[in-house]
Parts: sequence; C-alpha cells; structure tokens
Amino acid sequence: MQAFQFDPPRLPPDAVAARRRVRAFLEAEREAGHYAPHRCSWSTFDAQFTRRVGAAGLIGVTWPKEYGGQELSSLARYVITQEMLAAGAPCFAHWIADRQSGPQILRHGSEAAKRMILPRICRGECFFGIGMSEPDSGSDLAAVRTRAVRLDGKWIINGSKIWTSNAHHVHYLIALVRTGDAGEDRHQGLTQFIIDMSQPGVTVRPIHNLAGEHEFNEVFFKDYVVTDDMMVGAQGQGWEMVTGELAFERSGPDRYLSDYRLLVELVDRVGTQPSDRQAAEIGRLVSHLASLQRMSASIAGLLDQGKSPNTEAALVKDVGTSFERELPEIARRLVPIQSSLEDPGDSFSETLAYVTLHAPAYTLRGGTREILRGIIARGLGLR
Amino acid sequence: MSTETLTREQTEAAALSAMVVEQADRLFRGEVTKERMAVADRGEWPSAIWDAVDHAGLTSALVPEAQGGSGLPAADALRLVRRAGYHTLPVPFGETMIVAGLWAEAAGATLGGPSSLAPAGTTDRIGIERRGDNYALHGQAHRVPWGAHVDQILVHAHDANGSALLALVPHAIVRTERRRNLANEPRDTLLLEGVSVPAQQVRPAPASCAEGFLPAGSLLRSLQMVGAMERCLDYTIQYAMERQQFGRPIAKFQAIQHMLAEAAGHYAAAAAASELAAESFGRIDFAFAVAIAKSRVGEAAGKVAEVCHQVHGAMGFTQEHPLHFATRRLWSWRDEFGNESYWQERIGRIVCSAGGELLWERLVGS
Repeated sequence: MQAFQFDPPRLPPDAVAARRRVRAFLEAEREAGHYAPHRCSWSTFDAQFTRRVGAAGLIGVTWPKEYGGQELSSLARYVITQEMLAAGAPCFAHWIADRQSGPQILRHGSEAAKRMILPRICRGECFFGIGMSEPDSGSDLAAVRTRAVRLDGKWIINGSKIWTSNAHHVHYLIALVRTGDAGEDRHQGLTQFIIDMSQPGVTVRPIHNLAGEHEFNEVFFKDYVVTDDMMVGAQGQGWEMVTGELAFERSGPDRYLSDYRLLVELVDRVGTQPSDRQAAEIGRLVSHLASLQRMSASIAGLLDQGKSPNTEAALVKDVGTSFERELPEIARRLVPIQSSLEDPGDSFSETLAYVTLHAPAYTLRGGTREILRGIIARGLGLR
Repeated sequence: MSTETLTREQTEAAALSAMVVEQADRLFRGEVTKERMAVADRGEWPSAIWDAVDHAGLTSALVPEAQGGSGLPAADALRLVRRAGYHTLPVPFGETMIVAGLWAEAAGATLGGPSSLAPAGTTDRIGIERRGDNYALHGQAHRVPWGAHVDQILVHAHDANGSALLALVPHAIVRTERRRNLANEPRDTLLLEGVSVPAQQVRPAPASCAEGFLPAGSLLRSLQMVGAMERCLDYTIQYAMERQQFGRPIAKFQAIQHMLAEAAGHYAAAAAASELAAESFGRIDFAFAVAIAKSRVGEAAGKVAEVCHQVHGAMGFTQEHPLHFATRRLWSWRDEFGNESYWQERIGRIVCSAGGELLWERLVGS
C-alpha cells in the first residue's frame, strides 16, 4: 500500500493576502446584515451576494487577467473558499462556475467562449449548473443517453438531465451528452457542451427537495441547437473531461465544512463550562475536523504543484462527508432540543434543523460514498 | 510556480532526512525478525535489536549536532518513530530519543543506553524535595515503558512549591514491579518513595515538558500507531488479494473493498493528524496539536485493527500470523499517555472556553 503522507502546505504570500481580504469582506457583509450564517451554507443561492463577491474580486482569482482573473495561486482560491465556508456565506450562485465550470472552459473551451463567459463569472454576473446526471444515469455516468447529432455544421441536442441544481437561476450548464458510440469500455463518444439557458429548446421543471426547497430540477432538451464554439474539449473527450473535473473538486473544503456553522453554534450553545461528555464529544469532532483540514490543505498544495493525488482526494471526500453526516447526529444528543427551521432567537435550533434536513445530500452529491469507496479500493490495489 | 521555492539548504536537508529515514527503515526491517519478536513477546530484552539501533546512532536524532547528536529537524527525526511503529520495533526507541533530547536541553549532557520516562499515565504524580546535596523522590509511577529494563529513567516531579523538575534516575537504585501491556511490552511500576538522586542529576523542567510527559509520550504513540496501522493494512491488502473464496480473491468482493476503503480513510486522517503534531513539536501550539493527534489516531487505531482482523478471518486470530504483533500494540498504545476520551475532553474544554467563533482561527491561523 502507498504510505499516505500529507506534507505541510506552504501558503504563498498571495494566499495570505487573500485570507485577509476575504475576512474583511465577510465581516462587512455580516455587519451590513446581508446574510444570516446560521441559516445558510455554500448551497444557498443568493445572486446579490455573489455580485458583491465579484465586485470584491473574489471569484475566478486564478484565471488570466485577460479573462477577468488575477492570476493568483490555486492556494489563494483555496483560502477564499475555505473562509467563505467557515463564515457560512451563501455561495451557491458562483460556486459551480468558480470551482469547475470556469476552470473547464479556461482549459478546454473555445476562445469565443472564454471571452464571452469568464469575465462575467469573475464579476459575479454569470452562474453555472452541472449537467451530468440523467434519470437513468446517476452514479453510472457512462450511461448518459442525451444525444447530440450533427446537422448543417451545428449540433442538435435531445434528451434530459436531472438533479440540476439552480437550473432555474443559472445562465449556463455544461452538459455531458452522447455524440458517438460508447465503445467497449463505455467511455467513448461522450462530449461536453455549454448550454445557454436563454436559448429556445431547453425547458426546466422544478423538483422540490425534502426540506421543501426548490433547488434542483429536471432539464429537457428538444432540438436544442448548439455551435462548435460551445464545445468543451474535443469531440468524444467528454469522459476524460468529467472525471478530471470530479477529481479536482473532491478534496475541497466544501467536502467537510458544509455544516461547519453547526459546530460553531454547538460550541456556543454548550457554553464555557461543558460537561465531561459534551467536552469529549466536541473535542472528538474538532480532532476530526483538524485532521481533515490538514489533509485537504496538503492536497491543495499538491494540486498547486500540478500533481493529481486522486486516491487521497477521494479519501478526503469520503472521510469529510462522513464527518458532515455525523455532526448533527452528535449535536442533537449533546443539546436535547426539538429543532425547528423557525425558532426565533434560537440559532442553534435553526441550524440543527437546516443541517438535519440537508445532510442526506452530503454523501450523495459529487459522487456517492459508495462510488468513492470503489475509487479508494482501486487506489489501494484491490481492483 | 506559486508555492514558495525551497532554498538549496532546505532541499539538501530534506534529502538527507529522507535518506536517514530510508536507512532506518531498512535496518528495522532486517533486525525485527519473527523469532526475535517471539523472544520479546516472552518479556526478554531483545539486546541484538537494541544494539543495532543504538549502534546506528538513531536514538540521538533529537540531540543537537554540537552535543554529539544527528541534529535532524524534529519532524524528520520523529518520522523514524513512525517507521519503528511500522516494524513493531520491540524496544524503547522513541522514549530514548525523547529523553536524550530533553536531557541535552535541560542539562547539556549526553546520555547512553536505553532510557524511559515517568510518569506515563494521567493520574500518577511524583513529589520531589531537596535533602542536602541530594533530592528525594516520593510516589509511584505505573505502566512505565520498559521501566525495569532501561539504564535510566527521566522522572518528572513537582516540589512543594509546585515547580516542575526533571530527575535522571539510574535504574539500579529503583525497585520495580514487572507489568506488561496487551502486546507484552514491559510496562513496569517504579517504586520511587525515598529514592535519592544527586542534585546535579536534577534540573528545572524545560518549557517543552513543563506539564509532564503526556504530550511527548502521546506524540510517540500517535506516530507509532500510524506506522502500525500502515503495517496492518499492508498485511490485509496482501491477504485479500491472495485469499480465494467462491472462486476469486476476496479483494474482488465489494463488501471487502468498502471495509478497507473506510479503514484507509481512518489511517489517512490519523497520518495527517500525527504529522501536524510532529511539526509543531517544540512550538507553542504543540499541546493542542498533540491532543488532536492522540484523539484522532487512537480512534482510527481501533477501527483499523477491527477491519484488518475481520478481513483476515480466523487466520489473523492465530499466534502464527504476525498481524497480532501490530494489532495488540494498537490496542495498547491508544490507551497509553491518555486515551482518546482524556484528550478529547481537553480539546473540548479549550474550544468551549474560547467560544465558537475563535475555533476557526485555531484551525487555520489568523
């Protein structure tokens, strides 16, 4: 087995400066009463907040200046996302574009797409969704059936996507569609396209989640027309694109800090004189969090050096999302209340309610726990 | 290139450290044979192993070069302890390394021979008082690693004013009762009542161990456990690939794959926590970092041992299979120098007394 080693990340000066900048921004946001940390997370959509984040220069910071970026290190971006999560900021409007869609377009998109889209993402004016899952293709991503056919120099797309977060808000999706035969390994013939949600041929149907919120959707394509310059990567390269994209996002701090605010609320609710049991349980949670923090930051350092520690990244997501799932289960036993989404004046109760209702998604989104364990097992040499 | 560029000296130092660790690993692998493990398991001092380790100068890794040590950076020196854990080295290697480093710091003197430290538990407290040219000790220290086998024991004691002193006590003048842990490693009782030590063998405790040996001891056990977990997983992955049932290696079953993936996650988190603590050794944030490490590593140790035994089936439950040399140590080491509950409570009290909003800075810095 490979001996896992998580070397200390060395934060470059631009990351240290970014931390100061984002903290000042978030403090001003809280003081202005722009958001309530105990009632949101990175999966809270707030277009106004994202516009202010863009104006503060905190989106797309690693991208070239000619596309609106600042050419900062990936560790500077890492620090910004970390601080946003720790502050409970409502980041969903720019999260997907900043984390994966923008970087994909930058690396594999056409010049026209880069010029049209990236500067708007940086300004906090352009939002993205992910078009991977389909009704019959969830964890088995290679089974996608949405098809693009060539006609008169353009592509005509028919089919549907599902579980598309914010499809009713976003300007674009990046959709994985079939453009050719699957081949023996089932990974051939897939291509990614940027879908402009304002064009004809695409409709959105809401799906309400168990918390009663409208966050994800079903998206239907009926003779949707797309041109070559909206293709991401080469024709038939879709599988390599999405697996690369997933590996890159797995070790991020959004895989262990989704319900960080609940830990903050728990500590404050328990108070400065915890019982032995409360102290031990909180201490245990903090020991898990500090370890995850180190693993994730260390991997961010490796990614920054151009390495691809895929097994370690899958480990962070598996261990990190398990931690996220465990947190509300422990919190509710340490402070025995009956939590509610509307409990005026009791921010612990409201946070616990919010997290309890959203926790099932933590170990599903971005690759289920079971898929991750398969990837880890392959990394261990078992398959 | 956005990460800070390492200086040439740093690069050379890193290469040297890597070489030392690699050489130590090879030495441990060669010296720790199954026959010698069986001897140590009977409670006999494995002198051949000790002599080889001592001869290689590895126990002086924390002693500055000017005082005759190898002067490795602490984090690198401590990697040797992780490798010792991997090979279940049945001698007080880490203990001797820590004692040599502390005594060099406190007294400016070098030590030879195997050493240990006391107290090693959360409840023992040793008293000390001046009597003419000597100091007299009071109390008992329990579960002292190799307490009846080492040449000297560094004792952390408090005088009537509550000041912390270190007394270097030769083994020959202490009465001991032999005890052992689950891995049959000696964990002896020292009867220190009335033991008299010359004043030059007593020094004020340096800041790094002002509160006793629990943090340093926990760091050792954390690193050893990470090494031992790695060994368990190596055995287990190999076994799962070889063992055939229902016409195929059991590694091909998803149930086995997922168990091992989960165990690997615990191991990885434990490795990260122990590295964090090793790097902060000697720094102001060491106490918190080592509390994190012992909590997280101790929890992982139980999970990894359980999964590895489950995958090995009855074969791993035998004396014949070497898995138990690692797992019995995991079960012992997680309890030594304070178990998970002890350290978790300490973390919890520190975090709660500061309040929720200050936790983040503690995790990532200001």
